[in-house]
Amino acid sequence: MSGFGGFALRRLVGAVVTLFAISVIVYVVFYVTPGNVAQITCGPRCSPAQVQQVAEQLHLGDPLYVRYWHFLEGLVAGQDYSTGTSVQHCSAPCLGLSYQSDQQVTELILAKLPVSLSLVFGSMVLWLILGVGTGVLSAWRRGRLTERLLTGITLAGVATPVFVIGLVLMIVVCGQLQLLPFPQYVDFTDDPEQWAWNLLLPWLSLALIEAAAFARLTRAAMLETLAEDHIRTFRAYGVGERSVIGRHALRGAFAPVIALNANNFGSAVGGAVLTETLFGLPGIGQELVHAVNVVDLPVVVGMVLVIGFFVVVANVVADVLYAVADRRVVLA
Amino acid sequence: MSAPGASGARQFWRRLRTQRAALVAAVVVALLVLVALAAPLLTAIEGQDPTTYHPSLVDSARGGVPIGSFGGVSAEHWLGVEPQTGRDLFARLVYGARVSLGVALAATVVQVVIGVVVGVAAALGNQWVDQLLSRITDVIVAMPLMIMSLALLAIVPSSFPRPVLVALVIGLIAWGNIAKIVRAQTLTLKELDYVSAARLSGWGSWRVARRELLPGIAAPVITYAALLVPTNITVEAALSFLGVGVKPPTPSWGQMLTAADVWYQAAPQYLLLPAGALFVTVLALTVLGDGVRTALDPRAASRLRVGTGRKREAKA
Amino acid sequence: MSLVNVTGLTVEFGSLRAVDGLSFRLEQGAALALVGESGSGKSTVASALLGLHRGTGARVGGSIEVAGVDVQEAPDEALRRLRGGKAAMVFQDPLSSLDPYYAIGDQIAEVYRVHTRVSRRAARARAVEVLDRVGIPDALRRSRSRPHEFSGGMRQRALIAMALACEPDLLIADEPTTALDVTVQAQILDLLHTLRQETGMGLLLVTHDVGVAAESVDEVLVMRHGRAVEHGPVAAVLGSPSQPYTRDLLGAVPRVDAPRAAAQVREEPPEVVLEARGLRREFGRGKRAFTAVDDVSLTIHRGETLGVVGESGSGKTTLGRMLVGLLEPTAGQVRYDGHARVGVRPAVQMVFQDPVSSLNPRRSVGESVADPLRARGESDEGRIRERVRELLERVGLEAAHYDRYPHEFSGGQRQRVGIARALAADPRVIVCDEPVSALDVTTQAQVVALLGELQRELGLALVFVAHDLAVVRQVSDRVAVMRRGRIVEEGPADEVYDNPRDPYTRQLLAAVPALDPRIAAQRRSARRELATL
Repeated sequence: MSGFGGFALRRLVGAVVTLFAISVIVYVVFYVTPGNVAQITCGPRCSPAQVQQVAEQLHLGDPLYVRYWHFLEGLVAGQDYSTGTSVQHCSAPCLGLSYQSDQQVTELILAKLPVSLSLVFGSMVLWLILGVGTGVLSAWRRGRLTERLLTGITLAGVATPVFVIGLVLMIVVCGQLQLLPFPQYVDFTDDPEQWAWNLLLPWLSLALIEAAAFARLTRAAMLETLAEDHIRTFRAYGVGERSVIGRHALRGAFAPVIALNANNFGSAVGGAVLTETLFGLPGIGQELVHAVNVVDLPVVVGMVLVIGFFVVVANVVADVLYAVADRRVVLA
Repeated sequence: MSAPGASGARQFWRRLRTQRAALVAAVVVALLVLVALAAPLLTAIEGQDPTTYHPSLVDSARGGVPIGSFGGVSAEHWLGVEPQTGRDLFARLVYGARVSLGVALAATVVQVVIGVVVGVAAALGNQWVDQLLSRITDVIVAMPLMIMSLALLAIVPSSFPRPVLVALVIGLIAWGNIAKIVRAQTLTLKELDYVSAARLSGWGSWRVARRELLPGIAAPVITYAALLVPTNITVEAALSFLGVGVKPPTPSWGQMLTAADVWYQAAPQYLLLPAGALFVTVLALTVLGDGVRTALDPRAASRLRVGTGRKREAKA
Repeated sequence: MSLVNVTGLTVEFGSLRAVDGLSFRLEQGAALALVGESGSGKSTVASALLGLHRGTGARVGGSIEVAGVDVQEAPDEALRRLRGGKAAMVFQDPLSSLDPYYAIGDQIAEVYRVHTRVSRRAARARAVEVLDRVGIPDALRRSRSRPHEFSGGMRQRALIAMALACEPDLLIADEPTTALDVTVQAQILDLLHTLRQETGMGLLLVTHDVGVAAESVDEVLVMRHGRAVEHGPVAAVLGSPSQPYTRDLLGAVPRVDAPRAAAQVREEPPEVVLEARGLRREFGRGKRAFTAVDDVSLTIHRGETLGVVGESGSGKTTLGRMLVGLLEPTAGQVRYDGHARVGVRPAVQMVFQDPVSSLNPRRSVGESVADPLRARGESDEGRIRERVRELLERVGLEAAHYDRYPHEFSGGQRQRVGIARALAADPRVIVCDEPVSALDVTTQAQVVALLGELQRELGLALVFVAHDLAVVRQVSDRVAVMRRGRIVEEGPADEVYDNPRDPYTRQLLAAVPALDPRIAAQRRSARRELATL
């Protein structure tokens, strides 16, 4: 395990570099847009004086790298904003100020984060269990009717956009059958039971789609492992099918599943945005869509950075888990 | 063993033809493309267009529910009309196919071009070029497509033609995986003896790359591209669903679904038609993509799903 | 009762009949080798003995009885008890034959627990015991390693340990040493010999290498096209074969102890065409840096063959690639015709090891051969075709093969195409990197003969890089022995082979299997002495 710490450290450094690069790209792309950045940032209802103030606070007169440096400074050390009459202190990590809603972006995000985390991580548990379970079942019953049925179902799952299945679930379960009320977010700390019931449909919508991809991958990885030489060895030594599938073939699917979970995390976050919008969950996804629609630049930039942060962290965790699952990676 | 004399392309068709599901999917895809191309013709036969409002066909007293049974299905309006506006649904659906397929294909072309150029350059360039391009690729891969395109689409002025913009944004953000695949494949091919032999023949490196390497990366690129098309369709639909993709009056399937949940009882086809169209299109393209993959490389078929460069060869 | 009794065995995969009416017996404690070239059906027989074709779609006919179990009729449960319990199999590639994700000790324990009702702890202890038995040092600690942390030879020992775990009556070894270096091969064969003496188990050895068979068994069964060609005691079959095929097979096997048939006598002072001066090549950087070739100097004269022999990892392939200019040396230089040279040049060509990857599958073989002509600027299609046809015929193919694709050819034929392509550049030197190691012995002999002919006819200088000491002796005027990137010994072939000065060369030569079982026994004791030195 001596090389393991070094491996994890390298990944971590890589992640920091990636995050830095993303922040540069995002900052540059959004604050070098054509048009009057201060006017856009401040919003359509701002007076010329207010626009002037925003321009000063964003250091629009300075070269780009200085502006970016101020942005980073705020992120690390915090920053003061004067809103004409009063001075607001935005403590680190400061992602800036939404001039349109007069709110600090960091606070805004922190307020919405629990909803999104509940949705994504709850759903992840579901999709891993459903997906890997279905995949194992397909590999175990390969060549039989069960496998064909499961293959068909997972294919349909892969082909359905998350908002379509969400719409259908909502209409059928809440509208037609009235099994559940239309979801309304309840905080976990207020009432865990209501929290779960209200998130059930959003979880399912997101999980069913992702699970289909995992089922396909698990099945494929297991079938591939089953064709390998070492499986022949264990068969030639009288090891039974249950052990061959459950111990050796499943083990071969571990690493690919971890890799896919990292790879798909980004698209799952995208799916979460759709799910929140669809079910009216007050998460950062819904907030992002709102900010995009009213072109509230500081909020958009902050949200993209925070989401990017989570995706990159998920990738590092996956890389390290992957190395634990397949030690050969550390040596390579 | 392959039949004697079969060239790569012929072998590919032979293998594709043996897969019934892929054939059916290919026919469906061909029909969809035909519908998209012939959209003006089809609506002309119906005698409608996708943008004209028909206020007389909706019941403004009941919030704009289409008048008539099944959401206003009639000889003039084959699939009924849109709630509130009364625009012709059939016309919007077939024009929506144009947008969906067109945007997805254009985005795929952008992804493939950037991915191949970056991947090949990284594999053939010196250490610095490789390091730089690989790091850039890593950053691109780490950017969540939906989030980035959502944000990017917000800041571009609305005067820019929307479908072109959506295709460009998707294409410019999501080329990372294809670049990784191309780089890995090129590195593998570069070590093959026949490439060395071509160098020994006296050919320059450009000629060797073109003659010996490029044909070798075609198979994985085509395979991956075939799977990108349905993904891009879904992304475009999702962006339009959120109201930042293709904007009215241009019709798009995702956009049609935005308000569908409100109308599902009064005009169920307003939900079912675009949802069904999306489902069938993505399903057919996915099945076709699977078929292409199997036909190009039966053995690697299961490998490519995770072919993002993570799986490394075991070194003894 | 015989340990193995096979009567009228046929195995068919679809329309292909891999084994065709084969019968043989193996008594308790005896050893039999199935010898044959690729496609002879020998490995299929090994799998059939354990009923491994059950449920795969292959049709198996005839009767198979192993350790009292009727493999054809036995219920699944009885067959599972036979597999590993009474008859255990050792496979060819030890890396892919073990699960990469589990510790080796755990894998052996798992197999042991299938056949005996013991606790996990007891099974684990048994695993350590058998690992120790097959000569794995520090077995307790090493039992926790995963397969990729073992060397090739250690992995094969681990597989043998797995086979020993349940004390089977029969050991089936399918090409157990093919993936190994010659010195490691000798160790594994010696291990099998010792284990057989100690445990009294029977051995069924499947091999393409007549020498390996001579070292290990009492009886030989020569197979071809799924049938038995000749069957008898090893000394009789190998000493005085009665069948023409056996005679051809034995005739094609290169002998390490026979001097080169047509050793050339040269009069005029030899002219140096290619020269390596202090060549060095490093790979990787920092902590992972390693030196593949270290300070190698060589001269290659017009019309002669220089053999470069070494085991895997000795740097011989790296050296070959530097000689032709495919790799640039980290230090030192390659001189052609007395001038320092960078990059490739048509006059120095290469023939590659792997006949599959050395030809572009998407281009016709004629186009591949025409490459050097076109690259030189020849644009007259008629002349190109004419020259390519000539070359194809010269290497023993047909002119009409121009438009065929590589997959339509056998391994030997592809290697001929590779030679034709090298010749098309009108080279003065050809570096052959393991040109025959992927081929069957009879094909091997033909390709070696072709290279010799071309050399005499065209006055080519050849550098023959190979791991097989016997083949190298057969073709070389001079020989260089490589180990860990350095040349440990260099000289005229006969001198190096008959009076090796370097201890490593002596070790290598002692490890080469002999065709005569009596000499094999002598060699075995000689190896023990060398090992104790």
